[in-house]
Formats: sequence, structure tokens, C-alpha cells
Amino acid sequence: MTTPLPASIDETAKLLAGGRYVAERSLATVLYLALRLGRPLFLEGEAGVGKTEIAKVLAETLGRRLERLQCYEGLDVSSAVYEWNYARQMIEIRLAEAAGGADRARLGDDVFSSRFLIDRPILRALRDHGDAPPVLLIDELDRSDEPFEAYLLEVLSDFQVTIPEIGAIKAAKPPIVIITSNRTREIHDALKRRCLYHWVDYPDAARERAILAAKVPGIEDRLSREVVGFVQALRGLDLFKLPGVAETIDWAHALIALDRIVLDPATVNDTLGVLLKYQDDIARLRGSEAAQLLDKVKADLAAEKA
Amino acid sequence: MVGRLADNVMHFVRALRAAGLPIGPGRTIEALRAVEAVGVGRREDFYWTLHATLVNRRDQRAVFDQAFHIFWKDPQLLEKMMSLLLPRLTSDELPNALDEASQRVKDALAPQPVPGPGEETAPSEIRVDAALTYSDRERLQDLDFEDMTAAEERAARRIIAQLRFPIEAVRTRRTRPDRRGRRIDLRASLRASLRTGGASIPLARRAVVTRHPPIVALCDISGSMERYSRMLLHFLHALTNDRDRVHSFVFGTRLTNVTRHLRHKDVDIALAKASKAVADWSGGTRIGKTLFDFNRLWSRRVMGQGPLVLLISDGLDQAAGEGLGEQMARLKRSCRRLIWLNPLLRYEGFEPKSMGVRAMLPHVDEFRPVHNLKSLAELANALGRERVRGESKRIAS
Repeated sequence: MTTPLPASIDETAKLLAGGRYVAERSLATVLYLALRLGRPLFLEGEAGVGKTEIAKVLAETLGRRLERLQCYEGLDVSSAVYEWNYARQMIEIRLAEAAGGADRARLGDDVFSSRFLIDRPILRALRDHGDAPPVLLIDELDRSDEPFEAYLLEVLSDFQVTIPEIGAIKAAKPPIVIITSNRTREIHDALKRRCLYHWVDYPDAARERAILAAKVPGIEDRLSREVVGFVQALRGLDLFKLPGVAETIDWAHALIALDRIVLDPATVNDTLGVLLKYQDDIARLRGSEAAQLLDKVKADLAAEKA
Repeated sequence: MVGRLADNVMHFVRALRAAGLPIGPGRTIEALRAVEAVGVGRREDFYWTLHATLVNRRDQRAVFDQAFHIFWKDPQLLEKMMSLLLPRLTSDELPNALDEASQRVKDALAPQPVPGPGEETAPSEIRVDAALTYSDRERLQDLDFEDMTAAEERAARRIIAQLRFPIEAVRTRRTRPDRRGRRIDLRASLRASLRTGGASIPLARRAVVTRHPPIVALCDISGSMERYSRMLLHFLHALTNDRDRVHSFVFGTRLTNVTRHLRHKDVDIALAKASKAVADWSGGTRIGKTLFDFNRLWSRRVMGQGPLVLLISDGLDQAAGEGLGEQMARLKRSCRRLIWLNPLLRYEGFEPKSMGVRAMLPHVDEFRPVHNLKSLAELANALGRERVRGESKRIAS
């Protein structure tokens, strides 16, 4: 069941909220523009701020298929776009021989036709899907290497791929393209130019609480405030890797699983590994610094209420 | 669209362009289409609409933000400010450009005892011509950078510029057609087979493509390194222009990324740009703190693909090695190989006594001198022997 594209920024925000994604107005704006203008959306930001999630939510709420391409160094056309089915091709050649009088030119055309093509995510996303083209998620593009990035230029500007034996295959209706990057290297300007760009930031406290309310239903208001307050305070420190929204959600789940309704220093110490993923950071926080931070957060919350 | 708004958007784009954002006409049209799609009901939406189309790097956001708030309050105001700013900017830039030019003009007009194209001459006792004589070259190789005269330094720079870096490549996951390759190329094999009517399948092969790993250079420019760091910057420039994927940083009390500056082909311009960007020339050193900054701010952006790290420093640390050990350990963990280049190693009796050196030594894969041309050339060769890990560690730690 496909839903029509949203017709305004408000509708876009509502659509995302329907998929339990709490979006900033700025993100709703850029997403609406991407849908409306049919342009790829390039999302950059730290790990765990919900870049990949946008594509998933979009596919789900719009009722489109999600074609996901996870990038890695050395990703090539045969695993990203298409591959020939060599086994079938060889059988076809043998069959033609057995039938006798294999015509070379005809056989060549026949064996390298789309019947023997194996579609990979990008080509699948460009195939005809009637009125509802899929969502194409190109995840962590910064992990791929420059040659693949260059290959994407044709895909992103014309929504077509060229197969030497067949010719260009063009999408009748362009897919919704979401590209994410953790910025472990800079993506070339030529590619960014073809996209709408958005830097996904850490949310502020109010929004993060709204995210927790949507993602961890049943969380007590007090715990939610303390969790968000603590994570926000952590983000103010000089840590090697700051906790993302994903970590906040994980932490809330962990605390609920442990039947905690308020934060106490011992619990924080025991569950720091859910929030922080580097030993140096954990060693630094564990003990007095975490306790101090927690005291400060609680004092701030008390002052807020008063 | 209302003509007046379109005009204003265009003016706004022009203002952004003047402020240094690279925005082509294509994106202006894109911005107009986007504004049309969204409408101009809410100021916030208008802001993010323009942001989505005109900004494509995170660091452009601050400029955009300021420009937006000034411009859309009063379009004339920004223009006025720009026009006020412009003459000052140019008059600021101009003397520098003139300085650079005048040095070259001076150089060009200087009396030349040995006339010839592209030759540099020195007023001092040693005469250096473009093709150094063998004995001069020989002498220069062993001469410490610290003891070089201006002329010798110039000659040395020229030799550095000619250094080649045969860095050993690592295997990638990509392949290319190669008759002696180990993998079978099914696609090419089948095509070749069809050419002969499908009776036989002549095997085509592919081989794995290799590529040099990225290089990250961290160069100490504090007071104690003064005579070396200028020469080493020349070395970094040569390295940067020899290949892609080289990132260069300099540090004293602060860390500065000079990669973009050093990428300029002309070494004089590149170094002038780099030194303008650096605020802490020949000052103190806080190696621990700058490495911490590197690990925190840059590590994830430049260390992604397993680079070789060249750490160029004498290890003399103002903070007496405080926190240095952990930062070195982290640096070591995130790279392929960590090579420490230390000019003090030229002294035969060098012992790792200073706290800084002691904190750093256990974490490096290789420890080598860089005080003369010979050691630089040896380094260039050593970079090519990636597999022999830590083999030439001079001092056991």
C-alpha cells in the first residue's frame, strides 16, 4: 500500500512522526525538498544520530520498497549494480551447440541480454516499479573508494546505468535516494553537487526526550529527563566518541530492563558501556567523574522544576 | 515566482559567493526552484530551503547563517557591508601578494655570476648551480640542515623536490585485466568464447590492484625544531605533490592542518600559505595535547583507510610527557605503521632520557633520524619496504 508523497513541510514532519521518527524542522524541510524536486539527499553526521533510520522510516511510511546498499572499500559494479549469470550463460551456449547450427552473432546477443542479468541494489532501484519507485539507501558512502564514488555520478544525475553489452537502463521514475556518510573522509564536491546536503546534529534536550518517548514507550518521565540530561552533559565533555541518539535509546532500554526508575551512581557505572564505546572514555568517566556529572544533572533538573 | 524575490535570492547567492562559498549558477536555479516549491510562508522554512540548496559542507554553515540573518533583514545592509569590507580585504591581500612577487622580482634581478636559465645564485662563498657538481652534492648529503648556509639550503631544497617516494602498495579489493593474474575473468572469457563460436573457452584473467596507503604527517614546528622544520616542510610539500591521499599537520602548542596549503604546486606559494595559517611557529611544544587534539578532531576523518603516520619531532615536550603515552598508544592503534622521525638521532650518543621521548618510544614501529638529505633519502626508501616491520628501530625501548 503506497502513500502519496507529502505536499508540504508540515505533512513531511507528520509522515516521519507517523513512523516514530522525531525530526527537526530543518530535516523535514530538506527531506520535503528532496521528495518534491526528485533530488538525492546527502546526510552527513556523527554515528548514531539517525541518518540510516530516515531511509527506513521513509520506505515504511510511504509503503515503498527499501533497496539498501552498504558501502565498503573495494565495492564494485558487480556487487552494487549488476552481474552476469555466467553459469546460465554457459549452459545456454552448450544448449545452442547441442541444437546445432549456433549462429555466432545471434548467440552473442542472446547470451548478453537482460535475461542473464542479475540485478544488484542500484539496478533494482532503477527498474520499473509503476507509480511507486523504491527508496534507495546508499549507506556510509565514505567507506567506499573514489572509483565507486565516480561511478555514482551517472546514477545520481540521470538515474541511469550503462551496461556495455546492452546500453543505458534508465529509471522511468527516479527512486528516492538517501546517501549517508559518517565523514571518515570527505566526499567529492562533484557528487555533493548533485544532492541536497544536510548535516544531522545531535538533538537538543527537549527533542531527545521526545525521541525517547516515541522509541521507548512506557519510560517514566523522571527517568527520561535524567537519562537525557546525563547524555547531554556527556556531549559537553572532551570524549573520544560522544554518545549518539542510538546510544541514548539503548541506554534507556537497558535501564528499564534493569528495573531502574531513577539514575544512581552505581547503575551509571555498571551501564557506561552502553553509552561509551572506547575504553579510555569509560575509564575516565567511571567513578567520581560520572557521579559528579550525575549530581549536577539532578541539581539542574531540580532547579528546572522549582 | 515574484521577480523581486528571485532578484533578492540572486543577490544573496552573490553575497555568499563573495564570502567564499563555491556556488555555481546551476545551484542558484536550484535554490529558486526550491523556494518556489516550499513557498515563503515561514522564515525558518525559507532559511532551511536555501540552506539545503546552497550549503554542502558543514563548515559553510556559520557563514551561511550570518549572511542569511544580515541579508534578509536588510538586503542593502549586507551589500553596504561588503562594499565596506571589500577595499579593506583587497588592500590587506595586496601587500602580501606584492611581497611575494617582489621577492621573486628581486631574485630575478639579482646579479648572477653564472648566467643561465632557472639558476639560483648565492652571494656567499659557495656557488651553487642548477646541476650540482658531484662533490658538492656529496657534501650536501651529509651536511646537517642546521649547519647549512642559505645557499646550501636552497640547493638542498631542490634535491628534496626531486625525491621520489616508492611507498609499497597494499592490496585492494579491486582487480584489473592481467594475463598472468590469478583470478579468472568470467565475463571476458565468455565474450572471447563467443567470438570463436563457443567451441572453447579461452580463459581471461584478472589481477588484484594494489595501491599505496594514505600518509598522515605530523610535523613539530616548535622552537627547538626551527632549523629542521622549514626543511621538513619542503619535504612534506614534495611528498604531497608526489601522490594523492597525503594529509599534513604541523604542531607546536596547537595543531594546524596544512594539507590544502601544501597542495599548491609551487613550493614558495605553498609554504607561504602554510606559514600564514600557522600561529605558533617556533614557540613551545605540547606534544601530548596536540596529539590529543589530533586523535579527537581529525583521527576519524583522515585515518579511515589504514595510513602510514610520520611523526616528525625531537620529542622535547614542555609538559614533560604528560598524557603523551596514552595519546601515542591511541595513534598507534589507529594506523598501519607509525614512524617517528627525530633529528636529534644524529648524535651517536643519543639516549632516550627526556620524559617526552620516553613516553613516545614504546609506541612507535620505527625510529629514524632526519637531519640531513641522506636521512631523508633513506626515509624515502624505507617507506617502500613496508613489510619489514620495525626492523630498523635504532634504539630498543
